[in-house]
Amino acid sequence: MTTAVLAPPRRISLRRTLRHGLTLAWRNISQLKHSPEKLIDSTLMPIVFLVLFLYVFGGAVQGSTHAYLQMLLPGLVAQMAMFATMGLGTALNEDIHKGVFDRFRSLPIARSAPLVGTILGDTVRFATSMVILTAFGSLLGFRFHTDPLSVLAGFALAYVFYLAVSWISVLIGLVAPSPETVQGLAFLWVMPLTFGSSIMVADTSTMPGWLQAWAKANPVSHLTESLRALMLGGPVGNHVWYTLAWAAGIMLVTFPLAMRMYGRRA
Amino acid sequence: MTEVIRAEGLQKRYGATRALDGVDLSVPRGSVLGVLGPNGAGKTTAVRTLATLIKPDAGRAEICGFDVVRDAVQVRAKIGLTGQYASLDEELTGTENLVMIGRLLDFPRAEARSRARELLARFRLTDAAGRAVKTYSGGMRRRLDLAASLVNRPEVVFLDEPTTGLDPRARNEVWDTVRAVVAEGASVLLTTQYLEEADALADRIVVFDHGKVIAAGTADELKAGAGRQTLVVRAKEAHRTEQLTAIVAQLTGEVPDVVAETGLVSAPVADSGVLASLIRALDGASLGVTELALRMPSLDEVFLTLTGHSAEQSARAEEKITEGSLA
Ligand SMILES: Nc1ncnc2c1ncn2[C@@H]1O[C@H](COP(=O)(O)OP(=O)(O)OP(=O)(O)O)[C@@H](O)[C@H]1O
Ligand SMILES: [Mg+2]
Repeated sequence: MTTAVLAPPRRISLRRTLRHGLTLAWRNISQLKHSPEKLIDSTLMPIVFLVLFLYVFGGAVQGSTHAYLQMLLPGLVAQMAMFATMGLGTALNEDIHKGVFDRFRSLPIARSAPLVGTILGDTVRFATSMVILTAFGSLLGFRFHTDPLSVLAGFALAYVFYLAVSWISVLIGLVAPSPETVQGLAFLWVMPLTFGSSIMVADTSTMPGWLQAWAKANPVSHLTESLRALMLGGPVGNHVWYTLAWAAGIMLVTFPLAMRMYGRRA
Repeated sequence: MTEVIRAEGLQKRYGATRALDGVDLSVPRGSVLGVLGPNGAGKTTAVRTLATLIKPDAGRAEICGFDVVRDAVQVRAKIGLTGQYASLDEELTGTENLVMIGRLLDFPRAEARSRARELLARFRLTDAAGRAVKTYSGGMRRRLDLAASLVNRPEVVFLDEPTTGLDPRARNEVWDTVRAVVAEGASVLLTTQYLEEADALADRIVVFDHGKVIAAGTADELKAGAGRQTLVVRAKEAHRTEQLTAIVAQLTGEVPDVVAETGLVSAPVADSGVLASLIRALDGASLGVTELALRMPSLDEVFLTLTGHSAEQSARAEEKITEGSLA
């Protein structure tokens, strides 16, 4: 009897976990391949927001839409990074309710693999909105003013931030009783973070004091300011560090919590 | 090791509900245990606990010698689980679902593909292999779910109501699969509400009610424990039914049941010696019969006796069976 001799390993190595994560990311991407219409929001949102903000606020805020566009686009990169995480929680919650997660949990894989896989698979969403945003922005007259390396560093920073914020969405997806609740909660935390920031206005001094304080501390503002510096030039200051620190902080809190909820969810 | 599943005193509560209230189970290697019980008896909770999906509040369980809480990862490497509700990715095709599971089990890409192909063929899903699961019928889903739990050639297979909602043909197919899996050396724990199913597949049966095992034994032992056998007889000539009824009444000391339309006369009997006396009596009266049988109580009758609504009834049944069939 061969089965009795070979005891299965007790722990799952990091390498195997990563491979399992990639397999599950492949699962998400296959889903998108079968129904590409699921990417429609990631495709249209950058266009809609770009056009709306540009022509509604452009004249009022900056005097000219062309000048405003230069300032707005890096902000929209930050906004799209936030919005790209919103579908995650809903998808996870549906997986739990449809029993797909029961299958994963009965397999000898690390607990984090399905969560990591879902986030990695959803990178497609992030990438799509970034490409569309940049392409459509250029069409309207946006230009990067720095070297390609800085621009790349900017998108990388946005991606790191997206990965961290994804865990908030994952956590909500794990605890919420239904996909609809996830949707509602997503608006509650994404909107204040996104719009209570310097995304649309570089100058926050006209805001009331409490909002100014919020916008100043808001990690989305730090990300936006980092992106403006990296894409348009000018001093980066401490914004990149603040952004990275926020990303690390968010991960440190939400990852262990998510793992616990995942283990407990029966 | 001879026992692949061993559970002692498993308990699980949900608020005031005792889903499991001290369950002991033991399944020898290569055998099939049928877990029989009405809705809410705790069957699914037991399966999910043994398959490491939920942790028991008290008690312990081992699968192939590995503790379901402490050694959950090792347990998962040994088991295959088909839950009560399909756990498939509806958006993916049948092939993609199985390849994904193969890859998660560390099969190389090519092997994951060939294993998927093999299982799809075995479950007659080759034609639907490239279609999204959301287009599958209920029976096809069940079969794919079953296939998904066999990718790793598990030593222990859990099937939670594997045939609920299937038509008779699909049910027979699932039965054949279960038998094939056992023939390949796996052990199976299956839950069911169909007594016929437990009778057909299981070597041993445990009956659950309110989170407790209220009876255990082979199908025959349970039947014997549930009560007396029934004598069934029918006269060749319909007009002699009355005379036949009188003979049966005299021999058994009971008032026989007579079905007027079919002429079927039946009565409960205490011991099978009655059969010989009856044949002599019929001979003496020159009364020809077309049907003569001593019927064991059906599992349905067993089931009703054991899970009858009053708690008192359940308690009595428990006593009777622990005396009679647990040897
Ligand atoms: N997650 C849960 N939360 C609350 N109560 C639960 C939960 N899971 C099970 N229960 C309760 O525990 C009891 C046993 O449920 P279980 O699903 O194990 O029964 P079952 O024998 O599988 O029933 P069925 O034949 O209907 O599938 C039921 O009363 C059920 O309501
Ligand atoms: Mg059940």
